[in-house]
Amino acid sequence: MKTLDDLRKMREQVRKELDMRSGNKRARVTVCMGTCGIAAGARETMQAFLRELEGAGLGDIAVTAAGCAGFCEKEPMVEVEVKDEKPVRYCHVDAAAVARIVQEHLVGGKVVDDLVFA
Amino acid sequence: MAKPRAYVMVSVDADTVVIGAREVKTRLAAEIGTCGLGEEIRVLETGSFGPSDAGIVAAVMPEGLVYGNLTPERIPQLVEEHFVKGRPVSAWLLAGEHILPDPETTDSRGQQYFGRIVLDNCGRIDPDSIEEYIANDGYFALGKALTEMTPEAVVEEVKDSGLRGRGGAGFPTGLKWSFCASEKADMKYVICNADEGEPGTFKDRLIMEGDPHKVIEGMALCGYALGATQGYVYIRGEYKLSIERIRNAIEAARENGLLGKDIMGSGFDFDIAVKIGAGAYVCGEETALIESMEGKRGLPRVKPPFPAKAGFRGKPTNVNNVETLANIPFIIRNGAAQFHGIGDPGTPGTKVYTVLGHINRAGLIEVPTSVTLRDVLEDYAGGMRSGSFKMAQLGGTAGDLLDASMLDVPLNYDSLAKNGHSLGSGAILFMNETIKVCDFLHACMKFFAHESCGNCNPCRNGMAALLELTARLKKGEGYPGDIALMEELVMGMQSIAFCPLGQSPAAPVLSAVRYFRDELHAGINVDAVRPRPEHTMRHLMKLAS
Repeated sequence: MKTLDDLRKMREQVRKELDMRSGNKRARVTVCMGTCGIAAGARETMQAFLRELEGAGLGDIAVTAAGCAGFCEKEPMVEVEVKDEKPVRYCHVDAAAVARIVQEHLVGGKVVDDLVFA
Repeated sequence: MAKPRAYVMVSVDADTVVIGAREVKTRLAAEIGTCGLGEEIRVLETGSFGPSDAGIVAAVMPEGLVYGNLTPERIPQLVEEHFVKGRPVSAWLLAGEHILPDPETTDSRGQQYFGRIVLDNCGRIDPDSIEEYIANDGYFALGKALTEMTPEAVVEEVKDSGLRGRGGAGFPTGLKWSFCASEKADMKYVICNADEGEPGTFKDRLIMEGDPHKVIEGMALCGYALGATQGYVYIRGEYKLSIERIRNAIEAARENGLLGKDIMGSGFDFDIAVKIGAGAYVCGEETALIESMEGKRGLPRVKPPFPAKAGFRGKPTNVNNVETLANIPFIIRNGAAQFHGIGDPGTPGTKVYTVLGHINRAGLIEVPTSVTLRDVLEDYAGGMRSGSFKMAQLGGTAGDLLDASMLDVPLNYDSLAKNGHSLGSGAILFMNETIKVCDFLHACMKFFAHESCGNCNPCRNGMAALLELTARLKKGEGYPGDIALMEELVMGMQSIAFCPLGQSPAAPVLSAVRYFRDELHAGINVDAVRPRPEHTMRHLMKLAS
């Protein structure tokens, strides 16, 4: 650490990581991870979310797990709740669907209608 | 590897280490790994969250859920339920609610974190990670001072902030610094007094355990302001985890060029070493502390000369309390005006307390200096656990006893002084009606008698006399006139004892007489006849000659 700028660089770099820990999030992604969800591939869905979010540079979105929502044949199910908006529930969310949800819903702010669980 | 989606922050401080916090942490990490979640969920150590009566505590972030009373045996079920199935185990959640709010939230619980200066990182970062400290603006105050400010400007800033020493005496910090800064010498020293010896006070320990870099940065700033190149942290030997974390922090700061030679290219050299104390109460007094650092018996020195002129190894030395130094980075980073705007104008800023006794939530709090004892009791401590409020002792054993009439006095030096009281070192002990004043006083005197270093007569003999007196009152066998005798003794000791230790019993004794005279009277047997004249100050002085 030789200058104030070095210190600044380090701060910005670590801050991104710490953002993940903060409870103050813009949105929350909840992956249903009951036995049914995991059997249908929820574990891969979760991993895909973490990868995509990092790729998109989104540190202000919480990813959590939840239990079975009661619609086992629709798993893996994911709920996306953007602050101050109604939660949206998606079904059959595979890796390709995750990429669309992240890009269209979380980045673009537009619900991915054809994946919504209705 | 993707970044983790969640963090489990296990609160590891000296209290939780002894009940197995590290085992819980290891077990958690292992169990999470077994379930294949090692990359998604990271387990970290952090400092105290505040509660000190909830066993091993861990927070899950970003959810902000806090589990209490964890044991290694509970871990498999916890991991299975919370992390694999996504169902928080509500039975083990602390009070079943979020207790680790974000600083931005403004509900009553959020207030506890809102506006924190000293503890803002405690329980939120990994204390062993200098990167996490830097991510929270750590070392930016030092960077600012070294690149934009002269040493004189740093002293002025601290003066303007109105910061007063947080060790108990409340001496203006900027003024203290200016004494040492104006001395010309080839060597000057900065000492951080971490010999927190006051019973019931452990805020400095939790500051060092939760955010050690803040203390290091405060010391470096002090060194720059005063023209000192060497700092020492004098930590009592019982504080094993504090020693470990402060040492790690020093090492990390050195590796990153934030301690050592030519810090940030400014030409300023400063390094810090840890000195371990042997746990003598009197060594919290700064000149006794310096004697102890020089390898001698911890006896207070005659003042003057004050340490600012001739301290450690005869060189100009500045001694500040841990909490005082931990306030410095905030002041330099945000400016004196912002600090001065917080709390009471006479004692600006916040105060860190350990709250204990018959209350619902014992633990660590940081509050602005404008809050009252009632605020602390009702808002922060969650009210009385049993019975009703009878009295509180403010500031450890050497502190004043207050009754309900003092509940609405703001806790700061000036407001308390107006009522004849002092703030003390940062412990607040709440007691209900089951505690008898005579018993309590006797317990206090036992402590002092044990800790008296024996150097001066008023303290050595005075403590023995007080011990005997309070023992009599406790048993209901006091002689008529004992209360007046006790008052005379402590007042005499206050005026002629060599150091603050001998002056200390005055606070609990005189305040007890002021608020609980009737109860003390009940300890007197009105028919008893004093067998011999005894224990007057004059008598004690005669013993010495």
